[in-house]
Amino acid sequence: MSAREEILARVRSATSDVTTEKRQTGEAPLIVSWGSASSSLGSATPTHNQSQVVELFAENVADYRATVVRVPAEQVAATVVEQLRAAGLRSVVVPTGLDAGWSDALGAEFDVLTEVDATSAQTLDGIDAVVTGAAIGIATTGTIVLDHTANQGRRELTLVPDTHVCVIGEDQVVHDVPEAVSLLRTPAGAQRALTWISGPSATSDIELQRVEGVHGPRTLIVVIAE
Amino acid sequence: MVTQPVQQTSPTFVGMPKFPVAAREALANTQQRANLHNATHTIRAKRAAVVGEVEDWEALRVAGAAAKDEALHHLGDYLEQLEESLTARGATVHWARDAAEANRIVVDIARAKEVDEVVKVKSMATQEIELNEALEAAGIHAWETDLAELIVQLFGDRPSHILVPAIHRNRTEIRDVFLREMGEFGRPAPADLTDDPARLAEAARLHLREKFLRAKVAVSGANFAIADTGTLVVVESEGNGRMCLTLPETLISVVGIEKVLPTWDDLSPMLQLLPRSSTGERMNPYTTMWSGVHDGDGPQEVHVILLDNGRSRVLADSVGRQALRCIRCSACLNVCPVYERTGGHAYGSVYPGPIGAVLNPQLRGTASEVDQSLPYASSLCGACFDACPVRINIPELLVELRGTVAEQGGHRAESAAMKAAAWVLSDPRRLAVAQKGATTAGRLIGKRTIRKVPGLGAWTDARDMPTPPKETFRQWWARERGDATTTHGAADPGGRAGGIPTTNDGTDAGGER
Repeated sequence: MSAREEILARVRSATSDVTTEKRQTGEAPLIVSWGSASSSLGSATPTHNQSQVVELFAENVADYRATVVRVPAEQVAATVVEQLRAAGLRSVVVPTGLDAGWSDALGAEFDVLTEVDATSAQTLDGIDAVVTGAAIGIATTGTIVLDHTANQGRRELTLVPDTHVCVIGEDQVVHDVPEAVSLLRTPAGAQRALTWISGPSATSDIELQRVEGVHGPRTLIVVIAE
Repeated sequence: MVTQPVQQTSPTFVGMPKFPVAAREALANTQQRANLHNATHTIRAKRAAVVGEVEDWEALRVAGAAAKDEALHHLGDYLEQLEESLTARGATVHWARDAAEANRIVVDIARAKEVDEVVKVKSMATQEIELNEALEAAGIHAWETDLAELIVQLFGDRPSHILVPAIHRNRTEIRDVFLREMGEFGRPAPADLTDDPARLAEAARLHLREKFLRAKVAVSGANFAIADTGTLVVVESEGNGRMCLTLPETLISVVGIEKVLPTWDDLSPMLQLLPRSSTGERMNPYTTMWSGVHDGDGPQEVHVILLDNGRSRVLADSVGRQALRCIRCSACLNVCPVYERTGGHAYGSVYPGPIGAVLNPQLRGTASEVDQSLPYASSLCGACFDACPVRINIPELLVELRGTVAEQGGHRAESAAMKAAAWVLSDPRRLAVAQKGATTAGRLIGKRTIRKVPGLGAWTDARDMPTPPKETFRQWWARERGDATTTHGAADPGGRAGGIPTTNDGTDAGGER
């Protein structure tokens, strides 16, 4: 018997006493959503005021010691430039689908590497920063989710450079994890790689003292666009 | 007839002494005890604070347990679905009955890639199968990239906690080992390295970065494997996981068969329960989710090894199978009064603490001294059950396992004592004789405390023996009421309430209570 057949036979024999029915395809699991006792997915309509949600998001992101800047949408490009300049950074990599206005503003002041030219991790290792968009933000946990579509780029872009500037619109922020999981569900076969980011890279491995910055970007700047 | 074989105890832990012996050694290590006390209490407080933020934590726990139970109760179907989803997305699925088979598969893939090193994400499953040792034996270096695992590896040490494996080491020890060992394996630590944790983390960043950038093959575990989407999930803090899961060309993930979640939506309770229970954070810094091969992004060759290694045996026990819900958060370790004092090494396995005291004898059987003793490494206080995000009733399982050990005659002195007690208690005359002996001893001993009883070594090692009373209730009754023939069940409640005799000053009242 192959290992596969043997393990499946062991498992089926081990569960031969089980009498509960298997969940039907499409049947929603038990989901606990905040502030709406135990609604099943799909009907999880946000009951929260969006401006409070954004406020909570900003608070929780900052609580991780990330830098949070809130600006009107038309000031995003200038803000991103200003943040990089203030940090004394010179080179920046940008994903293919980044807002053209932001890319132009960056190009006027920094050495800009495009995603297409960032052919290896070694190349990225020599770059100071990356500027991206985001898929969604989660308020209760202060999390940014990247789904690595065109304005966020391949996963290594937001991993190797030491500073990550991430721009997210207020309308992209949801209240809690169940809402986020629901929104990120995609049709079969269309799953994207996802990266959930909650503050900068961190460790508490040495005497439980928190240190920001081990392998991932040590500086995370979140620009929330109104 | 299908049987579910036990997990073979890995070479590192063969011949481990039983828990009380190993614990005694650990208790003598005052540095470790101080570190553990600090660590467990700090994480405990953080966990309590962020759990308190959640409106209905108990409902979340129920949802988490339900999601895992759904997967476990129909595991055969969900494993097949997971395999199908993964294969459809370009991953290669392997099945491993035991540790040796899993290790062989990893070594074969690494050899086919002609590499002499792999980078590793912290993974309990690969520790359990001792993959690093198997790779080294095949001439392939396995670089642990989690900071704590790196520290443990440089020390040639063993992890002592699921979440913070180097918690038994302090910063000065870590600086010294970095200075001494890093140069042996790659980029040396800076000569002016101090014991500031930020400087130590920086040294690890530089040392490991060259390895991340050149590695062709990475090995990981997975926190969750989602059957309907073929998605694997790794939660972490440092970014070493993202490095390993993103940069190399080939990714091999060793996944226990109990890691399956039925559907994407089941992530919802899990991603709320795990970080808050584990590190006491609202969310861990990084979570990576990948579904097979993503074109042009990340590893283009993706292998998944589904590992049994004793899990199907645990699944076959209708009560015990709840232990397979475990998501390795380590909340039970941090609240355990036993773990807090002994640390992780005494448990003789990569799974320490309350969940280890359950899982190890379940996975490996109760043939060895250490596995027989583990169900007793608990005061049954129940703090672990309260803390468990997937509601594993650890005390219940410990009691079940004690029954198993007792039935196989594991604790012979105890069962002999119980038999003798049954013989004495079943006959009032024998009881009267025994009580006479005890009260005579009580009068002789007076106020002194009995610290040792020959033949009851293990029991009285950790406890003082209650001093026997000078007089039992039956003797008092006979004396007060002047009736030598004691009648059973005739004690007048009024008389009793008015005149219960005090035993030797009320301290440590033994005898009848």
